[in-house]
Amino acid sequence: MVTAPTALEERLRTLAGAVPDPELPMVTLAELGVLRGVHLTGPGHVEVELTPTYTGCPAVEAMAADIERVLHEHGQAEVTVRTVLSPPWSTDDITAEGRRKLAEAGIAPPRPAGHGGPVPVGLAIRCPHCGSTDTELLSRFSSTACKALRRCTACREPFDHFKEL
Amino acid sequence: MTTVVPERAALALGDDALVLSHRLGEWAGHAPVLEEEVALANIALDLLGQARTLLSLVGDEDDLAFLREERAFRNVQLVEQPNGDFAHTIARQLYFSAYQELLYGQLAASDTVFAPLAAKAVKEVAYHRDHAEHWTLRLGDGTDESRRRMRHALDALWRYTGELFEPVEGLPVDGPALREGWLGRITGVLERAGLALPEGPQHTPWAAGGGRQGIHTEPFGRMLAEMQHLHRSHPGASW
Repeated sequence: MVTAPTALEERLRTLAGAVPDPELPMVTLAELGVLRGVHLTGPGHVEVELTPTYTGCPAVEAMAADIERVLHEHGQAEVTVRTVLSPPWSTDDITAEGRRKLAEAGIAPPRPAGHGGPVPVGLAIRCPHCGSTDTELLSRFSSTACKALRRCTACREPFDHFKEL
Repeated sequence: MTTVVPERAALALGDDALVLSHRLGEWAGHAPVLEEEVALANIALDLLGQARTLLSLVGDEDDLAFLREERAFRNVQLVEQPNGDFAHTIARQLYFSAYQELLYGQLAASDTVFAPLAAKAVKEVAYHRDHAEHWTLRLGDGTDESRRRMRHALDALWRYTGELFEPVEGLPVDGPALREGWLGRITGVLERAGLALPEGPQHTPWAAGGGRQGIHTEPFGRMLAEMQHLHRSHPGASW
């Protein structure tokens, strides 16, 4: 049975959603769009649904631990974090505020993914340093699975691009 | 959606991902350029995540990865083939990622327990296939030496590709459609790269094609020994 979230569930969801991403600490889990649900299953017992950005993302365990700690601190004795895969996460799930913060931190935010997967042509990717759209791909894979490495041909600075998924 | 886990199918898909992940991880510290080192490790990480999900459907992921004997692994022989030179690794990636993308695409639309993972992983694998295609084009359309090596690698691994399309118990895929889609994809890439499609048979009577039954090629035993050594030497150890 699906019921509307209670006021306490809403509050716990806000707390869990405010946890920063362990690898991209400038954005929260809510802004990244990976927090799927927070449900009270009994007094002091809460279940959290989390979806990974990539199947092999090693940050999921750190996210779960951080959520557990925060909810423990707010009176929840038992916290269970479940990983859910369906529906699959997409970079379209990153909020507008999340995109703004990524760009501010020098990471070019993803373009609309549409069907997902590699985007062969289309919108230019803007250099987060100088704003030029004259940028080139150095590698499809960068410091984490979710990013590609690019270089700006105007200011010559390399930068990460959160690639569309 | 059904929640029944077809064990053989879960092991087949999980072992494919695990074994290829380990092979790609062997490039760490050896790749030709730093960007490729990072790319291959990223692809390995995606595959490892898929393997963990798939093996966990069947049992304890660590026990399955580290405590099974060679004959209990159900991966296709293609993924266990040694890295060889960079062209060999790219040829293996091209053949396998094109297959895996089509396979996951079919499974994502199925009502099996694999659908959620397949729907997620198919998007990751699209990047693996894209990476392999770009390198196939660069090597095939590069120098005489890169072209010679790419050609040799594609030919050497061709006979392991027939096994990809054999039916697996519990896996509701359309084998002939999968093979046709795969062949179209590979033919298209090789044409653009100025390379010919290998001519030999995709099966040989005696060798390739026993992986799903637990029959593996000689290099696999050595790979497993290295992969399982630490876990077996220090049972129950943790970081």
